[in-house]
Amino acid sequence: MSELVLHYEVEGANFSAAGEASSAVKRVLSRLGLSDKVVRRASICLYEGEINMVIHASGGVIDVTVFPDRLEMVLKDTGPGIRNLEEAMREGFSTASDSVRDLGFGAGMGLPNMKKYADDITVESEVGVGTTVRMVVRLDG
Amino acid sequence: MGAFVVSALAGALGLTVYGGSEEALGRAVTGGYAGDLLSWVMGRAPGGAAWVTIMSNVNVAAVAVMADLPCVVLAEGVAPDEALQARALRENVALLGSPLGTYELCHRLHGLLTEGG
Repeated sequence: MSELVLHYEVEGANFSAAGEASSAVKRVLSRLGLSDKVVRRASICLYEGEINMVIHASGGVIDVTVFPDRLEMVLKDTGPGIRNLEEAMREGFSTASDSVRDLGFGAGMGLPNMKKYADDITVESEVGVGTTVRMVVRLDG
Repeated sequence: MGAFVVSALAGALGLTVYGGSEEALGRAVTGGYAGDLLSWVMGRAPGGAAWVTIMSNVNVAAVAVMADLPCVVLAEGVAPDEALQARALRENVALLGSPLGTYELCHRLHGLLTEGG
């Protein structure tokens, strides 16, 4: 069975367009007839990842692959990297600027939300090189 | 807890309708949530909730879409910016408002949803 692959490029520091990729993916997933719960979980994971790219990196690329039993979402950027991943995964920890916080972001819930709603998440990051986040949401979840 | 469609809820609470497609105004509200930190809302708000907030920038619409929140209710007389109005309309999120404070608004919303007003 062939997989459906969706590819998006995310622009850095553009808060007006932030979430466009996630919205587009959500519309596709809904049309595929996946359950509301699965679509919601995947959408939140993707949006958090997309926002992180906008805030912290200068954008990046998102690839979503729909398999018969799962969604795989890969978000890759060439941003500054995460200095301390353990800290970044903790609720409330954020390095976002005041201007970003004024928009309502920077609560330190991005990666924790991704961990909460994905069935599996791996984060590879190297300071000065970039970050790749891989998330899986099972379709029967 | 009962359910109201967005337009009926707006009427019952005397809310200003800043925007919403027919589809958005006809969606069911099954609960409520209040908060201004966007990721906090996405992590905690239940799907179907009316979202009470004082955040009025364009990202509010995207958060409502991702978290399956049918309507945003701007409290404290906060008005939406134009970008938010445009995005909410495009993304099928109803955008409402009230001069009431968050506490009072949530109190009335809760009363409406639990006792039908």
